[in-house]
Amino acid sequence: MSEPIVAARGLKKRFGAVVAADDVTVEIRPREIVGVIGANGAGKTTFVNMVTGYLKPDEGTIMFRGADITRLPPREVTRLGIHRSFQVAQLFPNLSVRDNILVALASAERTRPSLMAALRTRGSIARVEAILAKLGLQDDAARATTELPQGRRKLLDIALAMAGRSAVLLLDEPTSGISTGEKFPLMDLVLEAVVAEEAAVLFVEHDMELVERYAQRVIAFYEGRVIADGAPAEVLADPNVRRYVVGAELHRRPEGTKT
Amino acid sequence: MPRDLTLSFLAFALVGLLALGAVLPLWVVFLLTVAFAKALVVIGLVVMMRAGLVSFGQGLYYGLGAYAAGLMANFLGVTDAIALVVLGGAVSAVTGFALGFVMARYREIFFAMLSLALSMILYGILVRSSTLGSTDGFNLPSPTYFGLAAEGAAGRRVLYGLTVIVTIGVAMVLHRFVRSPAGVIGEAILTNEIRVEYLGTSVARVLHVTYVLGAVAAGLGGALVGLAAGHIDPDLAYWTTSGEFVFVAILSGTGHVAAPILGMVVFETIRTFAFQYLPYTWQMVVGIAMLAVILFLPSGLWSLFIRARYVKGRT
Repeated sequence: MSEPIVAARGLKKRFGAVVAADDVTVEIRPREIVGVIGANGAGKTTFVNMVTGYLKPDEGTIMFRGADITRLPPREVTRLGIHRSFQVAQLFPNLSVRDNILVALASAERTRPSLMAALRTRGSIARVEAILAKLGLQDDAARATTELPQGRRKLLDIALAMAGRSAVLLLDEPTSGISTGEKFPLMDLVLEAVVAEEAAVLFVEHDMELVERYAQRVIAFYEGRVIADGAPAEVLADPNVRRYVVGAELHRRPEGTKT
Repeated sequence: MPRDLTLSFLAFALVGLLALGAVLPLWVVFLLTVAFAKALVVIGLVVMMRAGLVSFGQGLYYGLGAYAAGLMANFLGVTDAIALVVLGGAVSAVTGFALGFVMARYREIFFAMLSLALSMILYGILVRSSTLGSTDGFNLPSPTYFGLAAEGAAGRRVLYGLTVIVTIGVAMVLHRFVRSPAGVIGEAILTNEIRVEYLGTSVARVLHVTYVLGAVAAGLGGALVGLAAGHIDPDLAYWTTSGEFVFVAILSGTGHVAAPILGMVVFETIRTFAFQYLPYTWQMVVGIAMLAVILFLPSGLWSLFIRARYVKGRT
């Protein structure tokens, strides 16, 4: 088995009395597709936030290709090739769909954005058109992001995350708020792009059907701890996972109510 | 992609305005010189506002630029107009760069109030410095151009020319900036800072650069106004002066870097006539004009042009 590309060891994070992460150890290997499951508040997003530098763990280390990235801010983690999408799409509502992607491409290209070169050139717009066409967003280029339906907003959010070359892509509930029929095409589209880039993916997901279908490995969180980590069939059959995660999913609130 | 004709338009405007400078009556030339110099400050402010930095203290750099030029002329005997204007911009650039490390960390009302506070510190220092003329300020000698003296009417027309060149030149440079990656990322910062950081770009750095550009424009404007008026005083750094820049920025609209030129000319014209015919209530006239713009052109005077183009595109 190859060396892990991301190795988080013994992560601990408290928010007052709540332990959001307790001795979390997770490894992601190159080109792996990992599904993360767990009820609301199990610590999935906290984990993603710690890996990407948004939250600093109280204890533990995060290594990327052998280098310690525990204390790096999001912008430096991003520059290393660890990219993420958000549960609620994080877009620039004052810019067009095209400009959203142009900003992402420009950011990926240079650490210090150019002050005098034109952002919108024939070449850069052609690149955006290609990206939009791949995602089926070609007709939305000139639209405001606020006019997009939820599914397309999520797609655009992922497109922003993938504008640079990703080594690891962390998708926080990529299909939340999307109708059941749209979920599979979205995952197909995203994973196809990821595989083409040879990136590793970790996706947080509530829909077990989706996890079973796409994940090569599944990690289950419960109250800030990793309670299972392994092949999907194994993890989903685990009695603790069935009781605390899969069972909880059957009773969870409807889509979109989670904040 | 619609073709951007701004640079050619500005180049034409530059030639046209320079030609007009030779024939317009002297009082109009003076009014336009002051309007263009002050428009420079607002152009810088508009660029900052696009990234969410609404400064209520551009008087700081406006005053610094004017005093830097004035001090250099009076104490070091440098009278070359171009050197003085460049110095005004440079002093503001250095100060803006230093203060930018702090300012780039603040947003919205906190940024506005801190910028106001900094400008009032300069005002306080100037008022208490008797060597700088205290509240009276001091006079500037007439500037020279490459060693040639230009006195009286000719001097006014030459200074007008220099002001037009600097203002249109800065507008061209800043127009390129707002269309550059850094400029558009600035607009992105306005609505979603976290996402910008998560794309790998330093928000603080982009805002810092934007802040320095605003400072330089204000410094150049201050030096030019000082030369045009032949006199400078601490009011250049007073908060009402800064407020006037914000006023004109809103009047003009932030849609385009050339908007403040139009806005400032309209503002100075209204004020000049209002002051002449209604010396006690001129502020009311200016206020009503502002109210009308907010009610009928919420995106500023510039939206007149945008609308015209939009309608043309539709038919």
